[in-house]
Amino acid sequence: MLARLKGKWTYFVIAALLLFLILIPFRWFLGQYTVIMIFIGLFTMVTVGLCLLLGYTGQVSLGQAAFYGTGAYISAVLSKICGVNPWLSMLIAAAATGAFAYVIGYPIFRLRGNYLAVATLGLGVIVYILLRQLGPGGPDGMAGIPYLSIGGFVFDTSFKRYFLVWFFCLAVLLISQNIVRSRTGRALRAIHGSEAAAESIGINVDQFKVKIFVLSAVYASLAGSLLAHQMSHISPGSFGPLVSVIIIVMAVIGGLASIWGAIFGAATVCILKYELLLGFGEWDIVIYGLILMLVTIFMPEGLFVRLRELFGQWRLRYAQRGAEP
Amino acid sequence: MSADQFVQYLVSGLTMGSIYALIGLGFTIIYAVTRIINFAQGEFVMLGGMLSFYLISAAGIPLAPALILSVLIAAAIGAIMYIFAIRTARRASVVSLIIITIGAAIFIRGIAGVGWGVEHVRPPYFTGSESISLLGAYIHPQALWIIGTTLVVVVLLHLFLSYTMVGKALKACAISPVAAGMVGINPRAMALIAFALAAAIGGIGGVVMAPSISMDFNDGFKLGLMGFVAASIGGFKSPIATVIGGLTLGIVVSLAVGVDWGPFTSAYKDAIAMMVLLLILIIRSGRLSAEERES
Repeated sequence: MLARLKGKWTYFVIAALLLFLILIPFRWFLGQYTVIMIFIGLFTMVTVGLCLLLGYTGQVSLGQAAFYGTGAYISAVLSKICGVNPWLSMLIAAAATGAFAYVIGYPIFRLRGNYLAVATLGLGVIVYILLRQLGPGGPDGMAGIPYLSIGGFVFDTSFKRYFLVWFFCLAVLLISQNIVRSRTGRALRAIHGSEAAAESIGINVDQFKVKIFVLSAVYASLAGSLLAHQMSHISPGSFGPLVSVIIIVMAVIGGLASIWGAIFGAATVCILKYELLLGFGEWDIVIYGLILMLVTIFMPEGLFVRLRELFGQWRLRYAQRGAEP
Repeated sequence: MSADQFVQYLVSGLTMGSIYALIGLGFTIIYAVTRIINFAQGEFVMLGGMLSFYLISAAGIPLAPALILSVLIAAAIGAIMYIFAIRTARRASVVSLIIITIGAAIFIRGIAGVGWGVEHVRPPYFTGSESISLLGAYIHPQALWIIGTTLVVVVLLHLFLSYTMVGKALKACAISPVAAGMVGINPRAMALIAFALAAAIGGIGGVVMAPSISMDFNDGFKLGLMGFVAASIGGFKSPIATVIGGLTLGIVVSLAVGVDWGPFTSAYKDAIAMMVLLLILIIRSGRLSAEERES
């Protein structure tokens, strides 16, 4: 009885949230937030990849912005300069970024903890410098990247692009959720718990780490390509080392081991950055720094997860009080 | 590259290398005592440099006291960071500690950006600005200050670690915190001293380098990364090894940038340092991951 009630309740919440998501870009609802919502969707995709890597597998990456950047640049260069179809260039970008992550993954994941963190940070710095030096337009970036289109339908307004981005974002979230609940997900958690134990029961630790690293790179690449094709202007500054840190902030707020928390993390940071603190100089990184320290020290499971727990406790108490008399 | 040019690049490599060594010393001290990589190390360097400028130009304090005050403030901030951010996170995992020190780093950087704005600052040279000619190369007096300060810091640090009670206790903690605790050394107090000492040395680095390369609130990150490379070449073992690592890195980067690579301009300096870092880490990965598993 309780389970069925809970099930119904869950479907109701999901339906309401979906309806809310669909209605957001309409002008009479929350239309003015469409562009921010697009960024939230893109960053959610990158953050989910990091959550799989950091929260589930326990491996740090301080270089996720690098993959976001290669995705954007490869897609932009192919479609604008080589005249390749934007969808195809997006696909090629994802494949190339994934292959890059695969090749770099094996040597890098022989490292652990602190050294892994620094190695990925170094990787991010190298890619950032290469984008700035070799990318068309140098530090100023490139403009005039073609929009995505299906048949004659061009994604040329933020209203249309909102649905495109959130389609991809929800797809990435669902895929990740399935991975987490599958055999692979259990293997990842085993690796997080103890690599030696995981290995002893036949889990190929290195292979799983690299696989998840590649997946997170592909997510980031897709997000980058989507960014390139809708901003129609990109510059290396959007993919620097600080962006990798901001992605960590999003994951920490959402809860490192929480797929759906990624939306919450991305939303918190994007609203802070583009709405509340717009024009307030460096206050945004002061707040990110505080969030990173406070959340990691006092609620290591993440702000979103902690709030959800508190809500669960409150509901339980409420239900008990109702049942008593 | 002519012989004169070679000497010139060698000199500038030694100068930059000394700075990297000073920053790397901070990483080494904290890592040895606490097994934490302090991602905020570069921010102490930035703080040292920026503080010295504002104490001299805005507060009008004479040069020498201003420099000392800058270093002391940096050390105090290091101690505060340990007390509030690191010690409160008891039994945190390696990943959590990485995230906490990154948080501290961007917090310090953000406060500096808010307080001081985004412009580059350049404090006055310690002594004169007339270059000295040596073996066909020109050395700026400030470069001599940088190299000299590094030497003095390393020698003092070595004496401190070898001949004082506190220094020996720090060393004991680096070898085994548990065993050190058994003989009555408080590992937490040692960690506090390590953070303050590392921040002070970072501050010294910032103070001596700021006159030759102007600084802004953003520079801490890059400098910290270079210092980390220096420390990892030295293997996070001893101060001397770190200094050798820093000087090697400085010279390699300086020569690599000096050689005419065609399109490869000096913009690739940091990329070269990062490649060195990745190579070293990957080559040593077997030993490093064994080390991480132990701790």
